[in-house]
Amino acid sequence: MKKIEAIVQPSRFDAVKSALQEVGVEGMTVSEVRGHGRQKGHTEVYRGSEYTVDLLPKIKVEMVVPDARATSAVQAILRAAKTGKIGDGKIFVTTVDEAIRIRNEDRGETAL
Amino acid sequence: MQRTVSRLMLGLVLVCTLSAPAGLAQAPPAAGAGPDVQARIATLEQQVSDARHAGDNAWMLVCAALVLMMTGPGLALFYGGLVRKKNVLATMMQSFILMAVVTVLWAFFGYSLVFHEGNRLIGGLGYLFLHGVGAAPDPDYAGTIPQQTFMVYQLMFAIITPALITGAFAERMKFKAMLLFMVLWSIIVYDPMAHMVWGKGGLLNASLGGAIPTLDFAGGTVVHVTSGVSALVCALYLGKRLGFPKEPIPPHSVVLSVIGACLLWVGWFGFNAGSALAAGSLATSAFVATHFGAAAAALGWSAAEWFSNGKASVLGAISGAVAGLVAITPAAGFVGPMSALAIGAIAGVVCYLMVTRVKSKFGYDDSLDAFGVHGAGGSLGAVLTGVFAAQAINPILKNAQGAATAVGLVDGHPGQVLNQLVGVAIAWVLAVVGTLVILKVVDWTVGLRVSEEQEVQGLDLSQHGEEGYNLEV
Repeated sequence: MKKIEAIVQPSRFDAVKSALQEVGVEGMTVSEVRGHGRQKGHTEVYRGSEYTVDLLPKIKVEMVVPDARATSAVQAILRAAKTGKIGDGKIFVTTVDEAIRIRNEDRGETAL
Repeated sequence: MQRTVSRLMLGLVLVCTLSAPAGLAQAPPAAGAGPDVQARIATLEQQVSDARHAGDNAWMLVCAALVLMMTGPGLALFYGGLVRKKNVLATMMQSFILMAVVTVLWAFFGYSLVFHEGNRLIGGLGYLFLHGVGAAPDPDYAGTIPQQTFMVYQLMFAIITPALITGAFAERMKFKAMLLFMVLWSIIVYDPMAHMVWGKGGLLNASLGGAIPTLDFAGGTVVHVTSGVSALVCALYLGKRLGFPKEPIPPHSVVLSVIGACLLWVGWFGFNAGSALAAGSLATSAFVATHFGAAAAALGWSAAEWFSNGKASVLGAISGAVAGLVAITPAAGFVGPMSALAIGAIAGVVCYLMVTRVKSKFGYDDSLDAFGVHGAGGSLGAVLTGVFAAQAINPILKNAQGAATAVGLVDGHPGQVLNQLVGVAIAWVLAVVGTLVILKVVDWTVGLRVSEEQEVQGLDLSQHGEEGYNLEV
């Protein structure tokens, strides 16, 4: 099992969600986050006082998929989230030891 | 179908109206009795006068309501949007509670200290507890409205003036300190200044025998210079907010401020046009000047900001409009539309420079720019009133024979600019000295600032036990 964690532009989130559904990813956890990588923030000026806003809003999508589906899921995210501009985000893939469905205590890939 | 019916009705009404006077005209003159005609004329004159009084009274009551609307919700929203969200309620409360506090002071003695005959500096005690302030007009102030209307209209000015100061000490003053400060400030600074400019026999009163006739139509010195300068003194005495200017302290909702500024703009028609104290053409002239001044200043500030900063911000545009309204306040009933545009444009640019360049150069934390907008804009407007005031608009200055004379510099009366400067200087001195004394007293008795912990927590929770936004409930 792989955990895929993708941090994407808020404006690309809907496209990412439908692309993942198309390749058969059934569950995901989504959060609104703030952060920055290489993308610089922006400045706001209120009556001459300048503030730099360097933490920018992003959407974090997390999902755990069977090993066989990991590559296609990553490809789907790349296709949907890429605009080619700085600030498009990152994808992290990690190996997951165990998954347990709380309702009936299914374990492993059947729990996904 | 409906339209045809309503046209028929309209026609019927017109016929009735047109035939009525003709019917009246036929009967009585034939009788021709002198005393009868005399009595009818007297009745008619009384009715005309009553109608005039009713019209003026209706207008002035609406204006009083409009001026109250400037404090709440106008100023409360304007200032409330500019602070951080942990202080939004406390900031709005500082405006709101003055609507109650100043009203009680005004009822007990405030009105008397300003408008009863007294000496040159302060009014007498004859109207204590509003004794004798009733339906009869006071012709020295406003001959066609009940003195009670005049009293309640002037009250709304006494409310908004201290409320303007709250912008300077936002986000760091104890609520009880603020209450004590405002009570003392109303008595020590506002009442004398308002008496000097508007009260019978006041030192600066231009129409009721002042020694130095100063033009202040709707309160440039009385309201804006006193509050703005006192604001600066407060900002300097209380010191900066924690983190200022290193940590960002951005407005939590410019949206609220936009709504507040628009309400201020509308309410200002009551403030300035209402200062004609009657529903005549002078009110129209002041209304027009007010609107034109605000418009030009919004453009002036925006242009200055766009030029120096690359963008015209919304906060800039609304701040400019308020600055223009401040500057046109003393001039509203004395200048024509083109002069109003000029005054507004100058005020927009000057106030922009005050809150951006001057404030950052000296580093004081006038948190919501009460001094930069009201102190600077008010002083500028008072002086420009001496420049642009025109006899053709308002022949207020008269010579010994009672003939109207030149008013402002544009009329060829440069001395008026000097008088205006004296008026502004007196307002500055009174505001600085009075405010310093009051701050000392409040500091020694209840203490001015909240603790650091309370300031970090926010005034909403620490002073009032509430939060402005319980969005997750």
